[in-house]
Amino acid sequence: MMRLALVAVAIVVLAAFPKVAAPYYVTLVLPALAYGIALLGFNLLFGYTGLLSFGHALFVALGAYAAAVLSSKLGVKSFEVILIVSGAVGAAVAIPVALLSVRYVKIFFGILTLAFGMLFHSFLFKFYDLTGGDTGIRVLRPKLFGMEFAELDKTSFLIGPFYYYCLVLLVVMGFLMWRIVHSPFGLHLTAIRDNPRKAEYLGVRVRLFRLIAFVISAVYGAIGGVILAINTGQADPELAYWTHSGELVFMTVLGGFGNFFGPIVGAFTFIFLKSELMGITQYWRFLLGLILALIVILIPGGLMGLARDLYLKIGARR
Amino acid sequence: MTAFLDVLIGGVFHASVLFLVAAGLQLVFGVQRIVNLACGSFYALGAYFGITAVNTAIAAGVPPWSFILVLILSGILLAAIGPVIELVLRTVYKRDEAFQLLLTFAFVLMFQDVLRFFWGANPQTLGNLSMSYGKVTLGEVSFPTYNVLVIAASIGIALALGWFLQRTRYGRILRATAENRDMAAALGANVRWINASVFTLGTLLGTVGGALVVPTSAASLDMPVELVVEAFAVVVIGGLGSMRGALVGALIVGLVRAWAITKYAELEVLAIYLVVIVVLVARPAGLFGKPIE
Repeated sequence: MMRLALVAVAIVVLAAFPKVAAPYYVTLVLPALAYGIALLGFNLLFGYTGLLSFGHALFVALGAYAAAVLSSKLGVKSFEVILIVSGAVGAAVAIPVALLSVRYVKIFFGILTLAFGMLFHSFLFKFYDLTGGDTGIRVLRPKLFGMEFAELDKTSFLIGPFYYYCLVLLVVMGFLMWRIVHSPFGLHLTAIRDNPRKAEYLGVRVRLFRLIAFVISAVYGAIGGVILAINTGQADPELAYWTHSGELVFMTVLGGFGNFFGPIVGAFTFIFLKSELMGITQYWRFLLGLILALIVILIPGGLMGLARDLYLKIGARR
Repeated sequence: MTAFLDVLIGGVFHASVLFLVAAGLQLVFGVQRIVNLACGSFYALGAYFGITAVNTAIAAGVPPWSFILVLILSGILLAAIGPVIELVLRTVYKRDEAFQLLLTFAFVLMFQDVLRFFWGANPQTLGNLSMSYGKVTLGEVSFPTYNVLVIAASIGIALALGWFLQRTRYGRILRATAENRDMAAALGANVRWINASVFTLGTLLGTVGGALVVPTSAASLDMPVELVVEAFAVVVIGGLGSMRGALVGALIVGLVRAWAITKYAELEVLAIYLVVIVVLVARPAGLFGKPIE
């Protein structure tokens, strides 16, 4: 009950945010919504299935490039069509990648996914004619439910109708993911994470379930990538670079991967933290790295883990 | 024939530097089970510090023939950061390997700005220094003698490392630890000291590698993250944790890269990673790796 109330409050705050906050901060929330969706999927793989992908940015980039090709090369303007096609592209690429990757676990899985991510990055980078090379491809403003919003300039479109669309999308996809992880399928995944051998003895088809989790996470990643690309108006190869994958892991651990809402909290914290640090100093990477190191060493449960500990401590005192 | 020689020499040169970094990665993974993403940062640090060291040496009037020694020495000196970083890593040895990986990623971020702070954002070079050793001409191909010296130095380091791991008492302890940590500890191996020294040795291989390469190419802020990608390809092709794998993997990656650059420049990294994926499909643990699970 308590959790439901907190989620409701969070949604209301996010919905009211564009009305009360300066546009700059609203434009920061938009990528956070995008990363929130992508990380919901990432956490299904990492937090629930126990597979750490260090190449998940591949799917974020894939979504971004799908949106770019659809909108500026094929003239598809409908956001709904872009979302569905990008998600399908994500799934289509994820299947062969997953077939090869899920034969491995732990660090080997991480390295192999990193390899695929870099493969895609160099493809984007080097095949100039197809992908625009390092300049990338422009992403045009989509129509939402067939509506153009031609009277709005770019920023008011993004922090207006597009913002609300993405917020609803996050809530819907969050709800779907909640259902997935609390279904028998989700329980299978946690069983695989905790003891793959025992799960196998119990008749769980370990590789198949890992594969399905991978594909679902790829679809979420691609949809996050679509929003990210529309927000910046550009799809560029850096989205697929391995350090971007590292940032995805960073956000997830920052929020707490043992927790359903952790990655979303991590996405919001990371985006605002990065923006604040960049405002303070040109050496923001150092501070970001320092914060990451401190989280890894001191609060491995992430922010949600910390909040939970505090909550339990207060409860115990009472 | 000319083109073939070009590819061969360019490839072997690149392989010899890659081997050093990959050997460091293998050593740390083999003994400590940590995949060190920061190995590329050590490499870049070695390169930048090497520039400073050589410039200092020139100002001090050191004769040009000794530059390569100055570079190796500067790499060895820099390895002093190894124990410091190991001290931080020590806090997460007992945690999930995701945290260890992530902590080394944190170091990548931090080193990026350390390099920027000390050496600025612009790429730095040692000018034409590698030519001060003259050229070697083989038929119609000529290439800097310096490159040959680096290949020789790398072979020397590889042999020394092999001797150290195979023949010395300490090397045997390291191999035993890599084989079975708990058993080695139970038999009285000083695990704390082993961790510190192995990580430092891994760092040293990376910093020396970076220092040796800098006379032939610029040191830039992209260096660390780009090198990691190649070093990873090397260890995955060769098999995680295997020294022989590092050697063979480095040769494969070096040659494929050199070939791709002359033939299809746009395929450079793509070609390397295609090899990685083909190897993994055929031999899941890499060429010399142990079977997984």
